[in-house]
Amino acid sequence: MDQQHAYRRQLRTYAIGFVSALVLTCAAFATVRFHLAPPQTAIGIVFALGLVQIVVHFRFFLHIDLERSARDDLQLILFSTLITLLMVGGTLVILANLHHRMM
Amino acid sequence: MSADEIKHAGLNLQHADPMTHEKAGAGIFGFWVFLMSDAVLFALLFATYGVMLRGTAGGPVPHEVYEMKSAFIETLILLASSFTFGLASLAMKYEHKQHQLQAWLGVTLLLGLLFIGWEFHDFASMAAKGEVPSRSGYLSAFFALVSTHLLHVTAGCIWAVVMIAKIRTFGLDARVKINVLRLGLFWHFLDIIWVGIFSVVYLQGLA
Amino acid sequence: MVHGAWFWLLGRIDLDSFAFVRAWREPSLDRLIAAGAAAMVVLGAIAAFAIITRMRKWRYLWENWFTSLDHKKIGILYIALSGVMLTRAVIEAVLMRMQQAVAVNQPGIVKPEHFGELFSTHGSIMIFFMAMPFLIGLINYVMPLQIGARDVAFPLLNSVSLWMTVGGAVLMMASLVIGKFSTGGWSGYPPYTEMAFNSGVGPDYWIWAVTLSSLGTMMTGINFAVTIYKSRAPGMHLFRMPLFCWTSLCVSILMIFAMPPLTVATALLALDRYLDFHFFTNDLGGNMMNYANLFWLFGHPEVYILILPAFGVYSEVISTFSSKRLYGYRSLVYATMAIAVLSFTVWLHHFFTMGQNADINAFFGVATMTIGIPTGVKVYDWILTMYRGRVRFTVPMLFSIAFIVTFVIGGMSGIMLAVPPLDYVVHNTLFLVAHFHNMLIPGLLYGMIAGYQFWFPKAFGFRLDERWGRIAFGCWVSGFYLAFMPLYVLGAMGMPRRMAGVFQSEYLPWLLVAAVGGFLVLAGLVALFVQLWVSIRRREEASVPVGDPWDARSLEWGIAAPPPEYNFAHIPDIETRDPFYAAKEHGTAYDPPRHYDDIEMPKNSKVGPLLGIAGAACAFGLVWYIWWLAAAAFVAIWGVVIARSFVRDIYKTIPAAEVAREHQRWLSQVAAARGIPRELETTPANQGLAEGAAA
Repeated sequence: MDQQHAYRRQLRTYAIGFVSALVLTCAAFATVRFHLAPPQTAIGIVFALGLVQIVVHFRFFLHIDLERSARDDLQLILFSTLITLLMVGGTLVILANLHHRMM
Repeated sequence: MSADEIKHAGLNLQHADPMTHEKAGAGIFGFWVFLMSDAVLFALLFATYGVMLRGTAGGPVPHEVYEMKSAFIETLILLASSFTFGLASLAMKYEHKQHQLQAWLGVTLLLGLLFIGWEFHDFASMAAKGEVPSRSGYLSAFFALVSTHLLHVTAGCIWAVVMIAKIRTFGLDARVKINVLRLGLFWHFLDIIWVGIFSVVYLQGLA
Repeated sequence: MVHGAWFWLLGRIDLDSFAFVRAWREPSLDRLIAAGAAAMVVLGAIAAFAIITRMRKWRYLWENWFTSLDHKKIGILYIALSGVMLTRAVIEAVLMRMQQAVAVNQPGIVKPEHFGELFSTHGSIMIFFMAMPFLIGLINYVMPLQIGARDVAFPLLNSVSLWMTVGGAVLMMASLVIGKFSTGGWSGYPPYTEMAFNSGVGPDYWIWAVTLSSLGTMMTGINFAVTIYKSRAPGMHLFRMPLFCWTSLCVSILMIFAMPPLTVATALLALDRYLDFHFFTNDLGGNMMNYANLFWLFGHPEVYILILPAFGVYSEVISTFSSKRLYGYRSLVYATMAIAVLSFTVWLHHFFTMGQNADINAFFGVATMTIGIPTGVKVYDWILTMYRGRVRFTVPMLFSIAFIVTFVIGGMSGIMLAVPPLDYVVHNTLFLVAHFHNMLIPGLLYGMIAGYQFWFPKAFGFRLDERWGRIAFGCWVSGFYLAFMPLYVLGAMGMPRRMAGVFQSEYLPWLLVAAVGGFLVLAGLVALFVQLWVSIRRREEASVPVGDPWDARSLEWGIAAPPPEYNFAHIPDIETRDPFYAAKEHGTAYDPPRHYDDIEMPKNSKVGPLLGIAGAACAFGLVWYIWWLAAAAFVAIWGVVIARSFVRDIYKTIPAAEVAREHQRWLSQVAAARGIPRELETTPANQGLAEGAAA
């Protein structure tokens, strides 16, 4: 009986994840498709929705959250995020600056 | 309840002795580490794409190249495949029924193949218009990023085929289970990368 | 038609590809040197093959070494590979020093093109095929023993990493015989390495050799990190680990995150060269500055991948030979972590002169200087560990002390280079060459040599010869100062790096001194080989079967030398830092365990060598456009991987009775041995039992 209960709960998790990801995706595409905002703002909205969707995927599909004992993985992901931000941010800033000064 | 507690990210193995848990822990954690390394690789391809956006060399620019409908359909396919993989994981965890697990894996595999086919179709129609990597730095960066993702999906599909063969050979022994979990992490990870691709590449280009 | 078939079969290879043929057709000194080098590779390979065949050791090597998944054997193989590559790269270094010394207003002994190959292979080998295998080998051997594990987390992956690296090294060696290596330096900057300027095989050799090595390294990083996270003995908290394990952990994290940028850089360059992409080309929107950016995103953390393991070795060596607990353990740990994270924030200092604005340069300049702080903390900690200790000047300790002094000098010049305006002045001069050799020779090589001398008795059961060790030390240190201090002066005088010849007579005296230094370094290397030879011959009198020749502190010294395959007959429970030393103080170091259990160990596997062969074949095919070979090897790689995943019989069990028998035999050796005071550790009286523990 307990099994059945747990199964339903986890199935619900996946379903919630799937539906919210779907909504976020559609919202992002709709923003651009129907020109709901000026281009720069639209890009901002799309990126924000994308970030939220990534969090949704991590939470509902990969089961990463704050409470459970998956702390090793969470720390790993956060550290990776830090390094990624350093690398991507640095690359964009440096090369944009070079572009600006040389072109 | 303690057996139900998540000992590692992804789905927990059930009715496993502590030793198996320990090994599964290392195996899954190791795969997470690999994924993070892979994520850095993708991040740098994204950064390179960002840098090369200006390098159109008088050739096609993003909003001439991308098609929203195609990108949207590909997104839906991949998202659906993530969900069906979730169902496969649940089938493995709760049902102990191999055929159900195999069926969901099969559906996921088909969706993956559909995605690959659709992207090939996209690439072919781009090539027909002369939008090839050798045309400009921007197109090089586009193809490098999206094809790397495509290669990963292809690898995932091959892995899924091997996985089904293994389930048929060995049934659901501990190693097969760990491997399904790893494939699941890989598959969901690729979907996350795709979220980045449709936001940064397609929608930014079309906005 | 014939040409077509030839190309299909052998790609770009023709007769002129062979160094021997080139020398035959035009026997100039330059080409004879190239042919001589090729002959050394070929004859070396033939000699090794003949000796092994004659001694009938193929089966032994295959079964006991090549297919072994034992982390200790894999570690030893890594270090052996490193020794071979070190020899080649040092010879190249001496050749370059000779060339520069004689090529003042003269043509010299090698042509500029050949000189370009020399500095490219020297750099690539020293970084990817000497330094990396050496430190990976050392970590492989020592780290699992120090944390009380039976093996690394993924033994098979470990073997695959090793053989990938070997595959890359084979490619480097092949480039001496067939074709020519890149002349683009170890960093392979485009657009010079693009098709437009370099359509030969050189850059391709570089790309694929480096790719093989970096894939192997990334897998190693994952393996070590998971091992340290998941395989520690019970009670071995992170803060009870020896410092060498901490540096190993930080190094593996760096490997995991710093290898992808290199893979991206080389892969994009390969796309440019093979498929006409335009990432780094001059035309059609390419941006070669992004290559410098990507390369150094890898390159800077790489510097710390190279240096941190040596820091770990020094911490162990200095504490052991000062007979003191390591001073400031926690500060050393935090300094190591700080260095690891900061190493991702300074990559731009490798290209201050590329043209970004002063603010960006200033930011990275300051970040670079910041690294000096944790490094300084470490230097003080080591000095304070020695303070009031009873320091014994053994060979590893001598190297450690030479390191501290020399490294601080190199660090000073590093802080100078971190100031962007000053960097503009000496950029691309020998000042820079002097600086990074001044960091890496003490900061990496001395550490590796110290570690090799320190742990050799553990690995093989006998000590290395002390006298030849001291001779090697004298040659290395004096050679280093003579070879590189003049380069600071030359750099400040304005001599650019990578010059095949110069026209300033005032450089000559300094170049001559540097050449003498180069020969002394070579003598140091020879002395190391002589030491090994002499030690093997006298191994009976230098044997230390009990396993603790230096009265040391961490877990690995509490087992037999050489250790059994499963390392520990019984996994110890850890209650403190320096657990073995504590056990010796309590007199419990050699107590037999209450009971013995069956031990499960991984079986040997052919997968590693097979993947190494297939990887090298695939790379070779790509270099020479032998497409069938590349495709077949690629399919073979994945075929092997998939086939292996169907193998279930991968463990073997060592029965408890056998474990007990082996362990008791060792315990009886311990009982029969005589404990010696620390002063006698370099004499034949040393059987590996310390006086304190024997009481």
